[in-house]
Amino acid sequence: MSDQSVDYHPMWAELGLDLPSHDALLGAVGQLFGDAYLTQENRPKGMDYLNFVLSEVHGLRIKELDDFRKAGGKVFGTFCLYVPEEIIRAAGGWCVGLCAGAEFAYDQVEQIMPRNTCALIKSFMGFKLAKVCPYIESADLVIGETTCDGKKKAYELLGEIHNTWVMELPQMKRPQDLEMWKGEIRELVKKAEEITGNTITAESLRASIKEVNDKRRALQRIAAACKADPAPISGKDRLLATQVAFYDDVPRFTQMMNALADELDQRVAAGEGVAHKGAKRVLVTGTPMALPNWKLHDIIEKAGAVVVAEEMCTGSRYYQDLVDENAATLDEMIDDIAEKYLDINCACFTPNKGRIDDVVRMAKEYGADGVIDYSLQFCGLYEMESNGVESAVREAGLPVLKVTTDYSMEDVGQLATRVEAFLEML
Amino acid sequence: MRVLGLDIGSRSVDAVWLDDSRIVDWAVADSGFDPGSAAAAFVDRCAHDVIVSTGYGRHAAKERFGGTAVTEITAYGTGAAVLFPEAASVLDIGGQDTKVITLGHGGRVTDFEMNDKCAAGTGKFLEVMARALGYSLEEMAECALEAEAGIAISSMCTVFAESEVTGLVHRGEDRARIARGLHDSIAKRTLGSLKRVNAQGPLVFAGGVAKNPAMVALITEGFAGEVRVPDEAEIVGAYGAALSAAVE
Ligand code: SF4
Ligand code: SF4
Repeated sequence: MSDQSVDYHPMWAELGLDLPSHDALLGAVGQLFGDAYLTQENRPKGMDYLNFVLSEVHGLRIKELDDFRKAGGKVFGTFCLYVPEEIIRAAGGWCVGLCAGAEFAYDQVEQIMPRNTCALIKSFMGFKLAKVCPYIESADLVIGETTCDGKKKAYELLGEIHNTWVMELPQMKRPQDLEMWKGEIRELVKKAEEITGNTITAESLRASIKEVNDKRRALQRIAAACKADPAPISGKDRLLATQVAFYDDVPRFTQMMNALADELDQRVAAGEGVAHKGAKRVLVTGTPMALPNWKLHDIIEKAGAVVVAEEMCTGSRYYQDLVDENAATLDEMIDDIAEKYLDINCACFTPNKGRIDDVVRMAKEYGADGVIDYSLQFCGLYEMESNGVESAVREAGLPVLKVTTDYSMEDVGQLATRVEAFLEML
Repeated sequence: MRVLGLDIGSRSVDAVWLDDSRIVDWAVADSGFDPGSAAAAFVDRCAHDVIVSTGYGRHAAKERFGGTAVTEITAYGTGAAVLFPEAASVLDIGGQDTKVITLGHGGRVTDFEMNDKCAAGTGKFLEVMARALGYSLEEMAECALEAEAGIAISSMCTVFAESEVTGLVHRGEDRARIARGLHDSIAKRTLGSLKRVNAQGPLVFAGGVAKNPAMVALITEGFAGEVRVPDEAEIVGAYGAALSAAVE
C-alpha cells in the first residue's frame, strides 16, 4: 500500500510491529480499497488526496507522527467522539483515532474476551495483540471513555499492555451530568498538560477550537453538497473523508477538504453526479464504520443506489456541531467544549431521542428514499435502539431496513440480496 | 413479447415462459452442482426476447445470459400479487431460506424479512430430517398430518435437530410423532416471522415447501388470516421475475 520507493519496514520494526502480520494486513486493506474504491467511476478529482493518504496510511503519516514524537511531541490515541481533540491540540499534542474496522487476530482476542463482543472492540484489541497498528504503537497515551460496557472492560485489558487513561462519561444529559462532565474535561486538561509538559492557555485553546471547527466546517460542506440530486460524490468517498479526519494532519486535511468541497459545489452547479439523477438515495444510521470498514456502503452503491448521508460517528455526529468560538476566558472555553460534546447523540445515553430526531430530519433534508439502520452484531445499545429508529422513520413515511452484521465477508451475499430487495421496494 | 423468467435457487432452477404476460410453459430442474448448465438448457429451449433472473444465482445468470436481475423478494411479491390480487402478504419457504413479504397497493412490496443465514426450517431441513427418520419427504408429511400430537423438538439447527431426531428414534419414540414435532416447530418459527412483519391475510404460501400438506395445514391453522397456496407453488419466483419485465 505504500510508496514503493520508500521502505518503511525499519520504522515499523522500531515501533515494535510484527512485520509479517503487518504486511498481511496492509495487503488485505489494499485489496479491499482497490475493490471498493478504485472501481468507482466518475469520482471527484479531490479524492486523489484521500487515495494518496490511504495509500500512505501506515507510511508517510506514521513517519510524520514519528518525526513529531522524535522532536518531543506527544500523540494521543482515542476511540470515541466524546474525547475532545481541541484539548489535546491546545496542549500541543496530536490526536489519532484508533477504532479499527477489520477482522484481525480474533483467535488471540477470544482468549481474553468473550466471542460475543462487538467487532469494533475485538478489532482494536486484535490490532494491539497482533502488533499490527502503528497508530496505537505511536500513542503515548490512549484515552478511553466509559461509554458501553464492552469498551469499559476492554480498556481494563488494554491498560495492562498500553498506557491507558479513561474518562468518565455520564449516561444522561441532565444539568448535574453536564457539571460532572465539565469536571472530567478539566481532568483531561490536566492529563494532557502532564503528558505534553505544556500548559493550555486561552490563546492555545482558542486556536485549537477554531482549527477543529474549521475541519468540521469543511466536512459539513461536503455533506451539504450531497443534498443535491444527483449527489456529486459517492457515500463511500464521503465516508472515507470522515474516516481520514480522525487521523490526518488537521490544517492540511481541512485545506484539502475545502478544495474537495469547492469541486463538489461546481459539480452540483453543473448537475454532475456520481450516479444518474434519480438514483435511489439512502441514509445510513447506526454504529460507527471505522477504517477500513466500507462493507455496507459498498454493497449499497454496487447495487446502484447512493448513500447520501451518514447519521453515525463516522458521519454527521462527528461534524454537525461546532464549539462556540466567542468565549473570552479559558474556563468558558472548557465549558463550551463540555457542552458541545455532551450534545453528541450516542446510544450509550438514556434517553437518546436526539438521535432519532436527527435521523428523521436528515432523511428529509437529504431527500432519502429509505433508511438503513446499521448495527454491529453484539452491540446491545444500537441493536436495542433500532426499534425506536424504525418506528420513527416509518412514521415519517419512509421505509427502513435493519442490518446487523460484523466485519467478516461471510454474509456479503445475503446482505446484498436484502439491500437489493430493499432498493427495489423504494 | 416473450419473456423467460429464471429462478436459480440453491435446490432447484425454475423457468417460466411468458407471452404477453400469459404463461406458455414452465419447467423445474434440480440445481445439482452446476445450476448454470440447468439454466442454460432452459435458455436454449424456447425462443424469448428478454430474460429476467432471480434467486441467489441471478447475478451470474445475468452475466451469462444477459437481460436483467431482480431479487427473490420482488419476484415472489410480484408473482404472488398477480396470482392473487387480494393478497396482503407472502410466505416463501424454499430450499435454503424463508422469506416473509408484506404487500401494499397494487402488490408493491412494503416490508420483508429473510431468514437466510441458516437452513433451519427450510426445504433442506425437511430433507435431512426425512432421511434421519427413514421416510421419503411425502411419507414424512403424510405421517406428520396423521399423528395426534407431536414430540417437541428443541433444536432448530439442522445439525443438532438431526442428532436429536436420531436419539429419539433410538429411544423407540413414534416416528410419526417426531415428524409432527418437526413440522410443528417449523410452523411456530415461521408464524413468528409473519408476526414480526405484521403480515395480514390473505397470505400466499409459495415455494417448494408449500407443496408439503402438513406445513400448509399447520400454517393455515396458526395464521390469523386466510392462506392461499398456488397450484404450482415452486414457480412463483420465476413467474414473478418474468412479470417484472413487463412492469419495467
Ligand atoms: S458510537 Fe458512541 S461510544 Fe461509539 S464512538 Fe460513537 S459516541 Fe463513542
Ligand atoms: S459498537 Fe456498540 S458495543 Fe461496539 S464499541 Fe460501539 S457502543 Fe460498544
